Amino acid sequence: MAFNYDKYLRLEKMPTLWCWGCGDGVILKAFVRAIAKLGINQDDVCVVSGIGCSGRFSSYVDFNTVHTTHGRTVAFATGIKLVHPDKYVICVAGDGDALAIGGNHTIHGCRRNIDITMIIINNFIYGLTNSQTSPTTPQGMWTVSQKAGNIDPTFDTCNLAIASGASFVARESMLDPKKLEKVFVKALEHRGFACLDILSNCHINLGRKNKMASAMENLEWIDSITIPKKKYDELSAEEQLNKFPTGILKEDKEAAEYCDLYKEIIKVHQGQRKAISQDDFAKKI
Amino acid sequence: MATRELISTGNDLAAIAAVDAGCRFFGGYPITPSSEVMHTISDLLPAQGGTAIQMEDEIAGVAAAIGAGMAGVRTMTATSGPGISLKAENLGLAQMAEVPLVVVNVMRGGPSTGLPTRVSQGDVAQAKNPSHGDYKSITLCAGSLAECYTETVRAFNLADRFMQPVFVLLDETIGHMHGKAMLPTQEEVKAGIVPRKSFDGPAEEYFPYECEHDQPAVLNPMFQGYRYHFTGLHHDKKGFPTEEIETCRKLIQRLEDKVELHKDEIESNEEFMVDDAEFLIIAYGSVSLSAKETIRHLRAEGIKAGLFRPITLWPSPQDRMRELGQKIDKILVVELNIGQYYDEVQRATGRLDIEGLFKVNGRPISPYEIVNKVKEMI
Repeated sequence: MAFNYDKYLRLEKMPTLWCWGCGDGVILKAFVRAIAKLGINQDDVCVVSGIGCSGRFSSYVDFNTVHTTHGRTVAFATGIKLVHPDKYVICVAGDGDALAIGGNHTIHGCRRNIDITMIIINNFIYGLTNSQTSPTTPQGMWTVSQKAGNIDPTFDTCNLAIASGASFVARESMLDPKKLEKVFVKALEHRGFACLDILSNCHINLGRKNKMASAMENLEWIDSITIPKKKYDELSAEEQLNKFPTGILKEDKEAAEYCDLYKEIIKVHQGQRKAISQDDFAKKI
Repeated sequence: MATRELISTGNDLAAIAAVDAGCRFFGGYPITPSSEVMHTISDLLPAQGGTAIQMEDEIAGVAAAIGAGMAGVRTMTATSGPGISLKAENLGLAQMAEVPLVVVNVMRGGPSTGLPTRVSQGDVAQAKNPSHGDYKSITLCAGSLAECYTETVRAFNLADRFMQPVFVLLDETIGHMHGKAMLPTQEEVKAGIVPRKSFDGPAEEYFPYECEHDQPAVLNPMFQGYRYHFTGLHHDKKGFPTEEIETCRKLIQRLEDKVELHKDEIESNEEFMVDDAEFLIIAYGSVSLSAKETIRHLRAEGIKAGLFRPITLWPSPQDRMRELGQKIDKILVVELNIGQYYDEVQRATGRLDIEGLFKVNGRPISPYEIVNKVKEMI
């Protein structure tokens, strides 16, 4: 039987403001299926979004929802999560949101390894504001702010997240909704910061001027730059250039989660244990 | 009022007051001269089962604090002027989404990095409009060690009453002053807590932003079965973005009116020897301590001077200032900036012949300087 989304959507807010053929809806549906699959109560979920096309994600799903300022999802979510460590807190941000204006918060969310699932919808461009260069726009592509061709080097979201200390890092694209659902399930089950680089299309504002004006052409391009991690690892460095490995790129179930660590701080101040020392960390408290 | 005696600093008293007032979350970032607020509250909050977190920057500090407020607990951040500049956008979100929050600002000299370790009252105008757009700031200003405590407590109650950020302005002198403060007991503070309103009817009948034209939103804590939406966009009664003309107008007018039409619940002033005064000094914060000393000197010399000290700076006590302006001929505004409140006194009294004594070199204004200025004027 087909999955019934109605329970999880704010149907009165439909249609979405997303363009015809946009991948954001596919990602939203996969996320909703993951919540349903895990049997999570809607009241126990908080979705925090930023600014941009992805910013509207939060208003379409029937959970506790927050539409924050540009780039600050992780910072707001950190406050919410620390007050309610037992609830599911999910950030949804675009590539500009998460990696440009909000880059600092993304880095430090990863570093703290706080139990937040961060879905970065990466469409390689600023969509809502009409085609400005984002930190993931490939070099040489046309953008409205670099009409002569983008010269800015690109961020690799997953490498950034791994280097910053996130304990769960994965990349998938909206080309395979089933894989997407699976990775959302894994990320939600994971205790710690889960950073997901979810590649999506923007044939309107990326594709139009870069020879992939239809959704299909844009998706074919995404298909051409992604490759499962196992296969990616077998490639030479030269072959790896401009390709992105997909799948789970890091999963550390042992890494201490921030809310759990803060409980130790509370114990110290309530006289239930002595102050935390470097030795405690050497032993992994 | 039962009292207890505490020997402490202004910054520490603000932190102690927050915890006594039921604050359970603090998000901050180090900045002179306010850092001690974070130092102290990071010990006090976990002892109460709360959380204090030093975030990666000023923006994140206030964002985390607002997030905690959305989640439903009393929450605070502390900073100084440059920090407010960075936090401004998110303070606007808290105004728009009506999230209660207390912001302690221990003022230092500006603009920019200014004089980080020295005293100033340079953030008074900033406190009125830190973020873009229309809303009505509530800003309290402590003039003594005891008020660092009592005004912080009051700020929490006002934040929950009006569902918006409330500023507590200290200045470097008050924040770092160390001495004895006579405070209400913790029991009294607890008894005086007025928590934010909540809705307990069926979820389908809950509309957090559907309220009287002069009343704040009723925001239930998260995760309790009342799913709604926070946004900085213009929004409808359930919190969802809208561009509907009348809804947009009503929302912004309500943000103004919920404060403007209830100023009497917010206004607080001290009048010191004003009854028979022929010369009025208007000062606030640490400057008022110099002003009081000045008045004692002047009175000893037979000059009938008095002090009007606004404790609530915004909304300003304009009606009382107007009355005093009609009654007293000579008025002097003394402040550690170039007339940020002087402009407001001019506006409130409708008089352009009011004089000012201003100082912006990071040093306090001494009673001696004020006495000289008064004597020049009479």
